[in-house]
Amino acid sequence: MRTRLGDKALYLYTWLIILWLASPIAVMILFGFNDKQSKSNTSWQGFTFKWYQQLFAIDGLTEALVNSLVIAVISTVLATVLGTLLGLAVGRYRFRGKGVTDFLIFAAISTPELVMGASLLSLFVSGNAPRGHTTIIIAHTLFSLAFVVVTVRARVVGLDPSLEEAARDLGAGTWTTFRLVTLPSIMPGVAAGAMLAFALSIDDYVVTSFVNGSTQTFPLWIVGAVKVGIPPQVNVMGTLIFGIGVLLAVANAISARRKTTH
Amino acid sequence: MRRWTPYWLALPAWLWLAIFLVVPIVAMASVSLTTGNLIDGFSQTFSVSNYSDAIAKYSTQFVRSLVYGGVATVIMLVLGYPVAYWIAFKAGHRKSMFLFLLLLPFFVSFVLRTISWGFLLADDGILFGTLKGWGVLPEDFHVLATTVAVIGGLVYNFLPFMILPIYVALERVDPRVIEASYDLYASRFSTFRRVVLPLSLPGVFAGVLMTFVPATADPINAQILGGTSNTMIGNIVQTEYMVNSNYPTASAISFTLMAVLLIGIFIYARALGTENVLEAAAR
Repeated sequence: MRTRLGDKALYLYTWLIILWLASPIAVMILFGFNDKQSKSNTSWQGFTFKWYQQLFAIDGLTEALVNSLVIAVISTVLATVLGTLLGLAVGRYRFRGKGVTDFLIFAAISTPELVMGASLLSLFVSGNAPRGHTTIIIAHTLFSLAFVVVTVRARVVGLDPSLEEAARDLGAGTWTTFRLVTLPSIMPGVAAGAMLAFALSIDDYVVTSFVNGSTQTFPLWIVGAVKVGIPPQVNVMGTLIFGIGVLLAVANAISARRKTTH
Repeated sequence: MRRWTPYWLALPAWLWLAIFLVVPIVAMASVSLTTGNLIDGFSQTFSVSNYSDAIAKYSTQFVRSLVYGGVATVIMLVLGYPVAYWIAFKAGHRKSMFLFLLLLPFFVSFVLRTISWGFLLADDGILFGTLKGWGVLPEDFHVLATTVAVIGGLVYNFLPFMILPIYVALERVDPRVIEASYDLYASRFSTFRRVVLPLSLPGVFAGVLMTFVPATADPINAQILGGTSNTMIGNIVQTEYMVNSNYPTASAISFTLMAVLLIGIFIYARALGTENVLEAAAR
């Protein structure tokens, strides 16, 4: 009896933590509907849809969001390609320099964002490189890359090498084997890495704040607006991104479940 | 020919990591040993005075960052372990649902979550404003711009990074080992202390690593929730770089921060008996 009581308490506690983690999201969604009159958007003043209708009314914010999306897409593609290739190398082969490579991957993941941003700025300043889209993409590719390597490597390690051997025995060339056998079997790892890279990029503030020059991204614009008051459009955009993300994740989980049951 | 395959595969990423990670950190180390200013230019003097000056000037923020990061990490461990434990052992077929719920906040931008948290805690916001209206709280009660708000924000933002690795470690514990412990007449508590807890230590290690480093170096929570009296080292680096253009000092601070964190990680790994830090982190 006592043990079951303990489990019950833990169950309630887990829900409590989940609710706590979710509460700011609820606030964000709610205040996207707030018919606020004054500058600050912290007290409830009535329900309205007008911020949804005027979603793109603030030019700077819209531009920042577009920048964020463009940067996220490009850096995700770059990080996924580079990370997948390196993931294959470290997951499959033993080679000179593997230890150094492992260390580099660990360093890329564990270097504080602040240090990464500051050191990249040092490089760009001393190289007189103009800061903007390109430097942000370089930085985002850098911190996403290692995460792609880790997810792809996990998949490669679990791969049965005899499949590829069979393909080669049947006369498939290196490229055909890769395209028809290797890539499809590591695809879940590649996809997970790409999603992670996209999420990291679109969410990043710290590194970006060093290398952005005058280019604004969604998180940077929001932080810049804190002092003058966050417009409700930010809440609406946050809500829409949240909604789309959750829908995609749920759809993905459902299709994965279908695949395993059929 | 096949012998070179791994090198061709690794080459592009190697170049990227070398040019944009290794070179910049070396460049930063070299900048931290220069003297001068933006107008007259910087010259390489190999003087370590930047370090001693920076540490002397910002020791308060250094210590504060380590304390806030450390306290937040301990709170996350205490709050997060039971959640990981419950999901790993008791959630049954609803495991993935609970993990998904824990990850919900990640569908909202980090910055936006922190600001929403600020909304919630605002002096006259929906929470405290209402309670003050009811007379439950005194009029001058506030949480924003206090130490509690910053540490609370850090805990809030990084908690899932503590829970997930511990969950992964606990999930791998073979239930037969626990049964064996009961069969040998161990109590629930000693089973936990002597079987489950040691087996989950790699997860605890990864969780602490994944939370302490970003929490200590985080500038956002202090900036948005902390007001002016809770400045952390992250804010100092940003100001020195972006506002004061004092690259040597800023580089020296970043470098010191990284060194302190790395040394901390290695001491911690030794104390925990984790022989190979890389291996533990990779798991």
